[in-house]
Amino acid sequence: MAELRNFTLNFGPQHPAAHGVLRMVLELDGEVVMRADPHIGLLHRATEKLAENKTWVQSLPYMDRLDYVSMMCNEHAYCLAIEKLLGIDVPVRAQYIRVMFDEITRVLNHLLWVGCHGLDVGAMTMVLYAFREREDLVDAYEAVSGARMHAAYYRPGGVYRDLPDRMPQYRESQWKSAAQIKPFNEARSGSLLDFLDDFVTRFPTLLDEYETLLTDNRIWKQRLVDVGIVTPERALQRGFSGAMLRGSGIAWDLRKKQPYEVYDRLDFDIPVGTNGDSYDRYLVRMEEMRQSNRIIKQCIDWLRANPGPVITANHKVAPPAREDMKSNMEELIHHFKLCTEGIHVPEGEAYAAVEHPKGEFGIYMISDGANKPYRLKIRAPGYVHLSAMDEMCRGHMLAGVVTIIGTQDVVFGEIDR
Amino acid sequence: MSAKLETLSLNLQKHLGERIKSLKTALGEITIEVDVADYVAVMQTLRNEPDLNFEELVDLCGVDYSTYGNVERTDKRYAAVSHLLSIANNWRLRVRCFAQDDDFPSVPSVVDIWNSVNWFEREAFDLYGIVFPGHDDLRRILTDYGFIGHPFRKDFPISGYVEMRYDPDQQRVIYQPVTIEPREVTPRIVREATYGDVE
Repeated sequence: MAELRNFTLNFGPQHPAAHGVLRMVLELDGEVVMRADPHIGLLHRATEKLAENKTWVQSLPYMDRLDYVSMMCNEHAYCLAIEKLLGIDVPVRAQYIRVMFDEITRVLNHLLWVGCHGLDVGAMTMVLYAFREREDLVDAYEAVSGARMHAAYYRPGGVYRDLPDRMPQYRESQWKSAAQIKPFNEARSGSLLDFLDDFVTRFPTLLDEYETLLTDNRIWKQRLVDVGIVTPERALQRGFSGAMLRGSGIAWDLRKKQPYEVYDRLDFDIPVGTNGDSYDRYLVRMEEMRQSNRIIKQCIDWLRANPGPVITANHKVAPPAREDMKSNMEELIHHFKLCTEGIHVPEGEAYAAVEHPKGEFGIYMISDGANKPYRLKIRAPGYVHLSAMDEMCRGHMLAGVVTIIGTQDVVFGEIDR
Repeated sequence: MSAKLETLSLNLQKHLGERIKSLKTALGEITIEVDVADYVAVMQTLRNEPDLNFEELVDLCGVDYSTYGNVERTDKRYAAVSHLLSIANNWRLRVRCFAQDDDFPSVPSVVDIWNSVNWFEREAFDLYGIVFPGHDDLRRILTDYGFIGHPFRKDFPISGYVEMRYDPDQQRVIYQPVTIEPREVTPRIVREATYGDVE
């Protein structure tokens, strides 16, 4: 009889389904995975070490570059941790803006996820539709911060500036006539909130469209149902959070259980799966988008009715308005100190976590009273989920591995940090 | 202190008693410090005792305290700090364990109690050189294959020691000593207690 041996396969780091720079060494018996060993760190930039050498505000833009598909949520955790150490209050309007953009970010993330997951598994259409809607949301990012991805919009003590009163519009060009661009500009004729309001009214119908493409699709179900099952006990043992935990049937969401900002004033539900397989996690994430849509709508209504400051008036933390700075000596000194030396954060340590689209994103900070963090630890949800890759892949076919990478929603910016 | 934290700190004292070296409550979080010798037993209790019930280990990281506060320190240098979460009781806890030997820091592994700690311990080993006896797969994880040193230690320069480039003569990627100078735009300042003549 011929001698049979397991063989090892190098999956990635340039494989299109490897979501960036995942390198996995797979030990295969025929087509069945016996062991998966993810090699990570190809995108390691030592963000935590860099942050130790930058002032508190200077390292805020690094947070965008961690999980580069849910930028503002990363900033949020970072700001929450600093605010916890400083013991300052954030104006309510800023809290609503943050919550609104967190949920926009969640939709952005889940849209990218459903598109790429579809692409990995063979549903080519999804990514095109998902990116069509992402376009509107990154425009909202751009309107508020000037950047479509790496916003750096949240600040310790609030947000950088208030929401704009008008949206940038498409202009006539040699390729697009005035008549052609008119429909594009209709939703953009009002303020950012009008633009988003238009989006949230359209979005549930669009989600239904996506679901007609996937939810009952025979191929989609064949690829997802019963792939990568995680029992609730194992999910806890492996430290899962977010949709990975809820897919296994544990109703745990920080927005409900340990509410931060204004989540306790908003009305939304937490979807929970039953089987803990990839298909359940898909359903959970789709429902999360609907719930995020509800939250965004509530925030829009509140923000319309309640103007106010969007950043703390404590000038030891946030710089004063330029106008005051030019007429007032004390404000000038504050501005000078903030721009040269930066914030001083009292000695202590804090852990702040947010319900990031991928799970629990935590920032652990140690301050020794300096103008720079002493230690910053980023607790990335994807890192924990990826560490369970071996366990989830065992016994599945090679094609299942691609599904499992997709269902974990890994992004290497946060895993490698 | 909220009622919940009160209950947690009483439960901790009841079940761990003398094994807690210090218990601190600050900013709505409880931090306990334990000895290396008690570490694994304490963690086991924290997970299994229904009054505490920390089912999840959320995070574990190494910390190098050698330049804390910009002053000379004589205390232990390395610590492993973990964050625990109880889903049933909805509370969190931070556990700090200082490694005894600064030259060969070592903290026992808790990978058998919480499997999620596996990669976190690998990371702490990689970045700080803290060894976790009991961990069966303590490889480097984030740094490059063949990396030398532990980059997150405070005495490791931020620019590193080597840089990598493609060498057209040898037609391969080579390592060479770094050619950039570390520079600091904003110096690190810890203000003295009497700064600005305020009490």
